Amino acid sequence: MTADEQKPDPSTLPKKAEAKDLSFYYGSKRALKQINLPIYEHRVTALIGPSGCGKSTFLRCFNRMHDLYPGNRYEGEIRLLPDNVNLLAPEVDPIEVRMRLAMVFQKPNPFPKSIFENVAYGLRIRGINARSELDDRIEKALKNAALWNEVRDRLDDLATNLSGGQQQRLCIARALASEPELMLFDEPTSALDPIATGSIEELIHQLRDQVTILIVTHNMQQAARVSDFTAYMYLGDLVEFGWTDDVFFRPKQKQTEDYITGRFG
Amino acid sequence: MSEPRIAKGRAREDVEGIRALISNHKRKDLMFALLGMAALGLAAVTFIALFTGMVMDGASRLSPDFFTNFASRRAENAGILAAWVGTFTVMIVTAAVAVPLGVASGIYLEEYAPRNWLTDLIEININNLAGVPSIVYGLLALGLFVHTFGLGASVLTAGLTLALLILPVVIVATREAIRAVPGMIREAAYALGATRWQMVQHHVLPYSMPGILTGVIIGLSRAIGETAPIVTIGAVTFIAFLPPAPVTADPPFLSFDWLSSPFTAMPIQIFNWTSRPEEAFQANASAAALVLVVMTLIMNALAIWLRYRLRKNLKW
Repeated sequence: MTADEQKPDPSTLPKKAEAKDLSFYYGSKRALKQINLPIYEHRVTALIGPSGCGKSTFLRCFNRMHDLYPGNRYEGEIRLLPDNVNLLAPEVDPIEVRMRLAMVFQKPNPFPKSIFENVAYGLRIRGINARSELDDRIEKALKNAALWNEVRDRLDDLATNLSGGQQQRLCIARALASEPELMLFDEPTSALDPIATGSIEELIHQLRDQVTILIVTHNMQQAARVSDFTAYMYLGDLVEFGWTDDVFFRPKQKQTEDYITGRFG
Repeated sequence: MSEPRIAKGRAREDVEGIRALISNHKRKDLMFALLGMAALGLAAVTFIALFTGMVMDGASRLSPDFFTNFASRRAENAGILAAWVGTFTVMIVTAAVAVPLGVASGIYLEEYAPRNWLTDLIEININNLAGVPSIVYGLLALGLFVHTFGLGASVLTAGLTLALLILPVVIVATREAIRAVPGMIREAAYALGATRWQMVQHHVLPYSMPGILTGVIIGLSRAIGETAPIVTIGAVTFIAFLPPAPVTADPPFLSFDWLSSPFTAMPIQIFNWTSRPEEAFQANASAAALVLVVMTLIMNALAIWLRYRLRKNLKW
């Protein structure tokens, strides 16, 4: 986001999702405290904060990953718009939620299968098995993930033989293939070298035209580079949220300023 | 005032002290290496001595006839046909029962079972079962399969008994193989919308197959040499016919009569021959033992090869 770009009042922007009074508990430990946060459509929202502040926990609420482990509990809502469904409602199947949202993890985690089968997996479990449709959608996803030119001639090779940066772009392609409404990135470059990190950041920047993005990052420069909005979290609280350059250059809270200027964190 | 130590370096005596210390440490390192080599050597020499002994005593008896003859009162005519066919058929039943039961139990315990006291209790008991003496399985089988179910001293009874015996091994191996699949691979599948069974079927099971197969084969190599339980259920020591063939000339072309056939097995045949006073039967016993050891070695080699083949493409 360049400084002279027009910044409309966020309240006029269309929302893709909204957390309402969201609290989360690991057993009896309260990890998120009544978070209220809008996610604007076709924008990149970055979650920053020191380790243990709950940013990854918050991200993993969106696709109900916490349901996989016992003892976890949600309170409050995450509304997905425009159909206004509460993703956290007990009657909403977490599998349905995961079919609509996609996630890219901290460490590249391709399946030890071929490049083709990695990208095809999400489609296959959605019942798409026709070769021509798979071919088309896999090509499209790999192009969107800026990986097509590197792998077009070796789609049957093992995905785990790709470099770390390529693996992460493959994971992005795998997530994109099923055309998610919202994409969740959980520190996607923390295991990558600076060059691979640069290409992933560029990719995230391009992807916002197609999909709404929520990204957790421990790297403040990355948040500044890729995001439109930034939310600063601390110990399970949402401390500050706003346009990224406002949060970085004109923070309202002293605590945010201290974190951003490196005085703590 | 303190001396500027960095620029001056260490005193000569100081360095020699460090060198003396290092050589002392290295001497201990070498001593442990020698101790380890001696321990390994003892095991290897014992095995080689046993194996050489068997070869020297039994090799002269190994001929095609030895594999195609039934046991006989005359040592030079006696063969292991009934024994190896018996062992082979029993192993088929054992594998057919123990693999699906053991793998399914392992998957359930790792991926489905809730973490509570009941699961813990089951886990502890599976580990205990692995240590129960095999004769106890034989007694269980005698009461349950032979008497209560009336299955007799048959191939089926022996197969079921040995399947029970190796079930804990298969379950434990399956669980360990499943646990080796990283959580992030599971999460990747779930995040794409997979159900638990899709995740297991498409990911956990294929990726843990090398470990499961290794466990199955280790279990079978244990079962192949078991004597006590099959003696307990009443396997015959002398038999001069084969179980009926599984394929028949008449419809439905498949017959399962072989399951209810009486049988003998390699370890029983070996035991039977060793208890004879004649020298010539001792040679037969050595030859049969050699065959059994080679069967086990082949199974283990197969396990190693399969594991190598399947693991080649697995990395995270």
